[in-house]
Amino acid sequence: MGIIKARKLAHDYFKLDDEGRVESVSRAVDHVDLDVQEGEFVAILGHNGSGKSTLAKHINAILLPSEGTLLVDGNDTKDESKLWDIRQSAGMVFQNPDNQIIGTIVDEDVGFGPENMGVPTEEIWQRVEKSLKAVGMWEYRSHSPNKLSGGQKQRVAIAGVVAMRPKCIILDEPTAMLDPNGRKEVIRTVHGLNKSEHVTVLLITHYMEEVIDADKVIVMDQGKIVMQGTPREVFSRVEELKSYRLDVPQATLVAHELQKAGIDLPDGILSNEELVAALEEYRKGQRNGN
Amino acid sequence: MAIKIEHLNYVYSAGTAFERHALKEINLEIPDGQFIGVIGHTGSGKSTLIQHLNGLLQATSGEVYYNGENIYGEGYDRKQLRSRVGLVFQYPEHQLFETDVFTDVCFGPKNLGLPAEEVEARAYEALKLVGLKEKYYKSSPFELSGGQKRRVAIAGILAMNPEVLILDEPTAGLDPKGRDDILDQVKMLHEERGITVLLVSHSMEDIARYVERIIVMNRGQVMFDDTPREVFHHYRELEEVGLAAPQVTYLMHGLQEAGWDIATDATTVEEAADAIRRFLK
Amino acid sequence: MIREITLGQYYPGNSVIHRLDPRVKLAGTLVFIISLFAFHSVEAYIGATLFLAAVITVSRVPLSFMLRGLKSIFFLMMFTVVFNLFLIKGTPVVSFWIFTITKEGIEMAVSMAIRLIYLVIGSSVMTLTTTPNDLTDGLEKALHPLKKIRVPVHEIAMIMSIALRFIPILLEETDKIMKAQMARGADFESGGLIQKAKSMIPLLVPLFISAFRRANDLAMAMEARGYHGDEGRTKMKPLVYHGRDKMAYLILLGYLVVMFLLNRIGFFAGLWGL
Repeated sequence: MGIIKARKLAHDYFKLDDEGRVESVSRAVDHVDLDVQEGEFVAILGHNGSGKSTLAKHINAILLPSEGTLLVDGNDTKDESKLWDIRQSAGMVFQNPDNQIIGTIVDEDVGFGPENMGVPTEEIWQRVEKSLKAVGMWEYRSHSPNKLSGGQKQRVAIAGVVAMRPKCIILDEPTAMLDPNGRKEVIRTVHGLNKSEHVTVLLITHYMEEVIDADKVIVMDQGKIVMQGTPREVFSRVEELKSYRLDVPQATLVAHELQKAGIDLPDGILSNEELVAALEEYRKGQRNGN
Repeated sequence: MAIKIEHLNYVYSAGTAFERHALKEINLEIPDGQFIGVIGHTGSGKSTLIQHLNGLLQATSGEVYYNGENIYGEGYDRKQLRSRVGLVFQYPEHQLFETDVFTDVCFGPKNLGLPAEEVEARAYEALKLVGLKEKYYKSSPFELSGGQKRRVAIAGILAMNPEVLILDEPTAGLDPKGRDDILDQVKMLHEERGITVLLVSHSMEDIARYVERIIVMNRGQVMFDDTPREVFHHYRELEEVGLAAPQVTYLMHGLQEAGWDIATDATTVEEAADAIRRFLK
Repeated sequence: MIREITLGQYYPGNSVIHRLDPRVKLAGTLVFIISLFAFHSVEAYIGATLFLAAVITVSRVPLSFMLRGLKSIFFLMMFTVVFNLFLIKGTPVVSFWIFTITKEGIEMAVSMAIRLIYLVIGSSVMTLTTTPNDLTDGLEKALHPLKKIRVPVHEIAMIMSIALRFIPILLEETDKIMKAQMARGADFESGGLIQKAKSMIPLLVPLFISAFRRANDLAMAMEARGYHGDEGRTKMKPLVYHGRDKMAYLILLGYLVVMFLLNRIGFFAGLWGL
């Protein structure tokens, strides 16, 4: 069963003038159809302003569609009576680690969501412990968030969402403000949750190296979904990705350059290991040919 | 020779429980016209170091010379120094405050006490240099996109006509397009105007693509100071201090391990593709 | 300089004082402050000093942290002391030019100084040993009865705890923006009052914008995590009185009684003055 189902979803932003009249309308998300299955790891790529964050905010019902429908775990986000169910089944992690931590102590922050849901005290503690252990931040439970690194703060934010026992976690550029080590920490954590807890993950990013292990990659541009498929399928279309001003893994780029120079390599090479293997293969063929 | 640092030490909150030796015995020379990359993991001292170059932080001990003059010397005009050595902080768009883009860029030159025409001429030129379209000059900086805001902020420094430009992670939080735009602009400034550039970055790929010299900081000390080729040759040591080499460097090492007799010093995609092509011929 | 504001800065620890219910600490601080102003014999001050010293010792927070808060009231204190010293009439002790220092003046100045210092240290003990969240929780619970007369107690407590969380972040940001503007040649030090006020604009505008952006982000993050006010909310760390809290209340009561008695002794003995 699909956990997220969007049909012809559209969202308009209105710019108002000083008197509150509509000055201009811009369409941020443009008739998007999206299906995410339970347990899937889906990555959404796109440059800033491509509509990917606007789309993400719909799934948590922070934004409501201007047109079309969006079902989250069977609930229509427009149905106000289901609002808290939706926010519980689809948790959201944001870009800026400082601006989403509410508690002054790590464990208090993780408990914030369950508190809002009315979970009994004893169970909150169990959930906090389990979530903090799941993201590897249990030793930091009594620290002040201000003393943590960016990657650690994001892991606390993820734990805060996990403690609400969501079926799906949406991460809106969770690594944009982190250094490479912090980025790796966060992505590793998210993959771990996806594998061990079978949480559905929707990762929004513009770092391509973070999406190569996803089950599915969606590329957005100007509010529309323009590419969709496994990472291998998407990254085999190097020229198209470049036209959307997106990055491609360096191994893929090198393979692409070599292909252009007439060296016959398979499409969709994603990593150094794959490229080394492919080049070995090619060299063997070369030797046999001679 | 533009900047010379001798035996520089910097201690944070000296004499308290939070005392931290942020910089230890730094000796560096930064000649005119170089494009230098500064790398180091968070907390390695790189941000502290660059704030010494324009006198924002005062060394606990040691000297900094700019064009042969000691910047800690009596009567040295530090405000003037800050205009010569322009420092663009991380997320510089957070410092924008004027009602329109143009006036904001005028802030720097105005502080230097220049006549109004000169101030405006410089702001104009700086905005042109960063490639912002003229139709935005009179709009509020807060209506621009993230990448545009950042370019305005960089223009705010360029308008002071610096001889040295230091950029602290100028591409943080930008998408690949915004990143390439900014870095290409900086490269152009370097080539056409001969500005000395210090680029602090976490992206080894960006560093390898643009710079001619890399300074690696670790625990408040200079760990390596050499060409990208030489520095990335030490990729194992870099990994030990939380850094890495560009992805293609690992590719070349992978090939070598697979038995290829190939040079491993490629640091960019083009170099790697070239080396492999030549090898396969 | 900005980092020296200690009020509201928690000093992590696990002493009995740290573990006390925040309501006890709030009540304790209140009782202590009242005792300072209600009783003023030498004996009472000695009693207060002993009590404060005992609490500080038990809390295991270094004295230097307690004293740091005093810097911020230094001028207020000097002002009060000087004011009392010269303006209170009574038996002259020294006299020069148009000034006369009286015995009563000295007594008053000394006692005011002691009160102010103890007031600040006393409240520092509370803020240094209580996490801001506990403190607001304590306030929320202590003020709970006010909800009946429609005082938004929960909301006030929430605002306070968020403010406390963001103060260090905004202070750091202030520092950063200041440096960034200095790199553009801004001068925050020289010039007259008007010039100085004007030079603050490049600092304050970005700071406000940043604060609004953070507030916006935070509101969204809170909503996304299901925050919808007080209704149906449970507590991860509900305030429950333990044995030690009841003990602490008894000690507080004992303190009040002892202080009252000390003050009476002091009152009778004090008929002869200092």
